[in-house]
Amino acid sequence: MTVLTPQRREENVDDLVVVPARHPWRWAGTALVLVLLAQFVHGLVTNPGWDWETFFGYFLEESVVEALGLTLLLTLGGAVLGFLGGIPLAAMRLSPDPVLSTVSWAYIWVFRSVPLLVQLLFWANLGYLYDSLQIGIPFGPGVSFPTVSLISTFGAALLGLALHEAAFAGEIIRAGLLSVDQGQHEAASALGIPKWRQFRRIVLPQAMRAILPNAANLLVNLLKSTSIVYILAIGELFYQVQVIYGRNGRVVPLLMVATVWYVILTALLSILQYYTERHFARGAVRTLPPTPFQKLKAAIGR
Amino acid sequence: MIEITGVHKSFGKAHVLRGVSLSAKAGTVTVVLGPSGSGKSTLLRCINHLEKVDSGRVRVDGELIGYRQAGNRLHELSERQILRQRAGIGFVFQNFNLFPHLTAVENIAEAPISAQGRPRAQVYERARELLTSVGLGDRADAYPRQLSGGQQQRVAIARALALEPKLILFDEPTSALDPELVGEVLDVLRDLAAGGTTMIVVTHEIGFAREAADTVVFMDEGRIVEQGAPAQVLDHPRHERTRAFLSKVLV
Repeated sequence: MTVLTPQRREENVDDLVVVPARHPWRWAGTALVLVLLAQFVHGLVTNPGWDWETFFGYFLEESVVEALGLTLLLTLGGAVLGFLGGIPLAAMRLSPDPVLSTVSWAYIWVFRSVPLLVQLLFWANLGYLYDSLQIGIPFGPGVSFPTVSLISTFGAALLGLALHEAAFAGEIIRAGLLSVDQGQHEAASALGIPKWRQFRRIVLPQAMRAILPNAANLLVNLLKSTSIVYILAIGELFYQVQVIYGRNGRVVPLLMVATVWYVILTALLSILQYYTERHFARGAVRTLPPTPFQKLKAAIGR
Repeated sequence: MIEITGVHKSFGKAHVLRGVSLSAKAGTVTVVLGPSGSGKSTLLRCINHLEKVDSGRVRVDGELIGYRQAGNRLHELSERQILRQRAGIGFVFQNFNLFPHLTAVENIAEAPISAQGRPRAQVYERARELLTSVGLGDRADAYPRQLSGGQQQRVAIARALALEPKLILFDEPTSALDPELVGEVLDVLRDLAAGGTTMIVVTHEIGFAREAADTVVFMDEGRIVEQGAPAQVLDHPRHERTRAFLSKVLV
């Protein structure tokens, strides 16, 4: 070993070049994956079974776009009502009052247990159980409405989705609130910040970091769950696609129409999720990493 | 100014405070010493009602904290009234507890705006002045995680000062800091003491107690063992427990 002989010490350290280790197996793996991917794409293009002509013919067809609108409406309505319901459920479960927390627990237990499909059928048949609904003093007089006219099939679907969603949203919000350090609550109370302001300004923004990934998951799941309401003969995306292939028998291309739309909507939701999470990450990391867009801009600018 | 009378507090079976009485005049610095588990922090937390006392009374400026006395009954105050009382008592935590999603200046400005309803522009101006006074005038827009421990604790002190409290409580303000950062926080505390702020400081910094305290209190097992001027308690302790404790921490 002559590494530390005087001659070797004289060489200039600044001139040394670092050569990264080579990874031949990584290259082999990459090549294999690329071949498989090329085969798959080749199949998509050449297999006449995919029938891309029919696919493009129906992708932006009027009845499909209309049905897409209904899917979006169900998703948006279900999500908004679901999260509005989830907030009091989470607050009740965290309440020291045993009645409130038990009621919330029981609601979540029941609505998480009953499959969405079964629930939707229940709501659609509510008129069979209660032929009129009444608003007024509990156990006293009031105004009554016939159930069938009050709850349309669309209303039943929205109600079912929202009630189902609320049970899951309640647990997601509760998890988020629990993730905020006790010291934050103490510091806010020690400063005399009013209770509601403590929640909105101090606790919620920090809870959002834990809430958002799960809420986005729930939202994506809801988007796809709207396809279940086809059982109530509501003309949302999946129902409409079924109607069309029932008529012309082109099952695969029409299922692809629905699939591609669901994928696009999920992609849009994922982008929304990325930027919302980034917004609430302020202060949680020392410096925010650049967005893909900023990376692209930097790469082009170079 | 502060008058604590016969305070008891238990957590389950642990009897943490066993009849503590203590008083401090306005403008004085009281340093509370004692081994861990002696009830120092709990006593401090009872003063601003972060912990409810089981029995006994805490008065600040003549005002009963957390309760309203009617005859021989103590009625607990509403959350809103307690929060109002707390805004007049500053509290500095061992772990700073800064709000991580708000910048230094926002941390300081939050409570004066939302708890005291003071005008925003004026509060922000004052917040920047306070940051300058604790030597952080140039870090106003930094988030807590971008600051060192000592800097965070100085922001936390500025945050407590922004409410212009009658009294500031410090719960081991230097215990979570690296040794070389302790000095910068103690400097701020010394400035406050010299400026006539009423302070109760729970700490293990005997040197700080010796220079800055008007009264040193030694607690053990939920009781005050002895109290008096620093020279008396630190150099000529009368109780064996105090002597044993000091001989360990002064090594």
